[in-house]
Amino acid sequence: MADEAKPPAPTGMTRVDVAGMPKLVSARFQNEDAKTLAGYEKSGGYATLRKALAMRPEDIVAEVKASNLRGRGGAGFATGVKWGFVPKDAKAVHLVCNADESEPGTCKDRELIYWDPHLLIEGMIISAHALKAVHNYIYIRGEMMREYAVLAKAVDDAYARGYLGKNILGTGIEVHLTVHRGAGAYICGEETALLNSLEGLRGQPRLKPPFPAIKGLFGNPTIVNNVETLMNIPFIVDKGGPWFAALGPGRSGGTRMLCVSGHVNKPGVWELPIGISFRQLIDEVCGGVWKGRKVKAVIPGGVSMPPLDIDELDVPIEFDALQNDERIKPVMVSPTQKFDLGGGRLLRSMAGSGGVVVLDDQTDIPQAVWRIMKFFAHESCGQCTPCREGTGWLEKVSRRVAEGAGKPADLELLASIAHGIAGNTICALGDAAAWPMLGFLTKFRADFEAKIKQKGKAA
Amino acid sequence: MSLEFSAEAQKKIAALCERYPTKQPVVMAALHLAQKEHGHLSDDALRLVAATLELPYAHVYGVATFYTMYRREPAGKTTIRMCTNISCMLRGGYDVLAEFEKRLGVKKGGTTADKSLHLVEEECIAACANAPCAVVGTKYYLDLTPDQVQGIVDELKANPHPESEVV
Ligand SMILES: Cc1cc2nc3c(=O)[nH]c(=O)nc-3n(C[C@H](O)[C@H](O)[C@H](O)COP(=O)(O)O)c2cc1C
Ligand code: SF4
Ligand code: FES
Repeated sequence: MADEAKPPAPTGMTRVDVAGMPKLVSARFQNEDAKTLAGYEKSGGYATLRKALAMRPEDIVAEVKASNLRGRGGAGFATGVKWGFVPKDAKAVHLVCNADESEPGTCKDRELIYWDPHLLIEGMIISAHALKAVHNYIYIRGEMMREYAVLAKAVDDAYARGYLGKNILGTGIEVHLTVHRGAGAYICGEETALLNSLEGLRGQPRLKPPFPAIKGLFGNPTIVNNVETLMNIPFIVDKGGPWFAALGPGRSGGTRMLCVSGHVNKPGVWELPIGISFRQLIDEVCGGVWKGRKVKAVIPGGVSMPPLDIDELDVPIEFDALQNDERIKPVMVSPTQKFDLGGGRLLRSMAGSGGVVVLDDQTDIPQAVWRIMKFFAHESCGQCTPCREGTGWLEKVSRRVAEGAGKPADLELLASIAHGIAGNTICALGDAAAWPMLGFLTKFRADFEAKIKQKGKAA
Repeated sequence: MSLEFSAEAQKKIAALCERYPTKQPVVMAALHLAQKEHGHLSDDALRLVAATLELPYAHVYGVATFYTMYRREPAGKTTIRMCTNISCMLRGGYDVLAEFEKRLGVKKGGTTADKSLHLVEEECIAACANAPCAVVGTKYYLDLTPDQVQGIVDELKANPHPESEVV
């Protein structure tokens, strides 16, 4: 991705006004009527599409740039900037919605599709117009059969009403949308694996560059965006980029869907102000930690992200803050060596997918880590040796430790395997396994050591 | 023995072929349909998909063996996908899985003797806020406890939700 100057991390935003924040993408949740085309139109749906079709594509891209919308799929890349990478003279462009949601701890896209399929479709048609993309696809995870059924019906209805087709709403603009079902593979959430899967191949990631915006689906420039990202587009076109930008702090516009699971009294999926702190989220939105316990660890955005400990919960849940806020301790490779992301950049954590998992103070940390490693070992596509072999070893050794059969040297072994994977693979799944391993070892080393000592006692 | 697609499946495949520049991208949907109509993806079912889309058998084989939802062996009609990933594990997902194994009389991956129910340990099914959870076709079972399992098994035996209804 393009180089960007290190952005200032928003700080001191530990309390935000939750009630005062407008609901955008989740406004129609629990509204059965709005899921139908007629109900969606009655609640204002497809009005923004009419406005957008009268706008020039480049003016829509400019609004998206001004909105500070950042990708909600995990990396937080600026959507308008990504759209700007599509070559101006491209003959055919595709827009692909990534609805593969399978990052453990993340459960927002499924809800968004289920409750408001037409908002996604409207967002995609507007985006397709902005990108001059004719043939567009939604790649939906195979296991999401209920949501596939909802979406397939909504697409059919949108075609029947003239929102999709050869000449949409009589404007002469052609936009097609096809829902493509996956068949069970976490790696197909990675955008180039997803494109291979869409082409009818095994879902294995491609080497980058070229990035999809230059050469993607069927060899054409292709924009891949997350469900939530695309559902925000109608609000940006309706109210303007600057309005959207002003909703969020720093360089992060809009609101954010957060999914909270694990040991809280009230787990759930909420649309919240970007910049709410983990502490406010847990205490005020989720009713605190269950059973009167305390927090041990928080996974900030899906299991691929390094965890936080109890001293790091005042950090705002915002893309730049999670990377740069100095209240978050850097991830270590060994007790004396900091992990280097390249060029001396430190790894703290990342906002990821919005899947916040809370682990209470009685959690068996080595066991939780083993379960995460088991997942990555199962999902590695097998193309690169460090990832294929390394994730397998991380699973085996972490299982041994979790079962109380570990040796003192196992912690160095785990760290060195993880370090050997990170940065040495075709796609980011390798990092996604290595980072949490190193992060847990950095912050919860005592838990692993205690497990290993127990064995000494039993022997 | 050579297999065939139903007329309805042939219609769906033909319609999908219109949506892509070549027939190759339709292989995933065609495999879903073949599995729905023939129960699992035998060598003959793969040959059927290959012939229908004019693709090499080896290509279809490669795709069919990459994705976990495609079955090369027969299994129960209805698949119970029980999640044990992190959020579900933290709230007792493994206990619920063990209860399914006990009530169905099969280990994970197995199929009941009457060939009706197939139990799978699933990775995160994107319903983590209602962990532990399972999905059966288009129906989700949320906030599960072990004492709900027998009821679910009875319900599915009486009224299955074959996942294959959705293709
Ligand atoms: C292993 C892996 C899995 C991913 N899974 C998903 C996913 O399920 N959904 C998603 O939107 N993005 C996922 N991503 C990120 C995508 O590659 C891509 O960055 C994203 O879809 C871009 O959309 P956005 O800019 O709107 O966020 C994954 C990335 C990796 C490396
Ligand atoms: S890093 Fe892992 S998942 Fe990604 S391409 Fe390599 S082997 Fe496949
Ligand atoms: S971890 Fe079980 S549904 Fe996400």
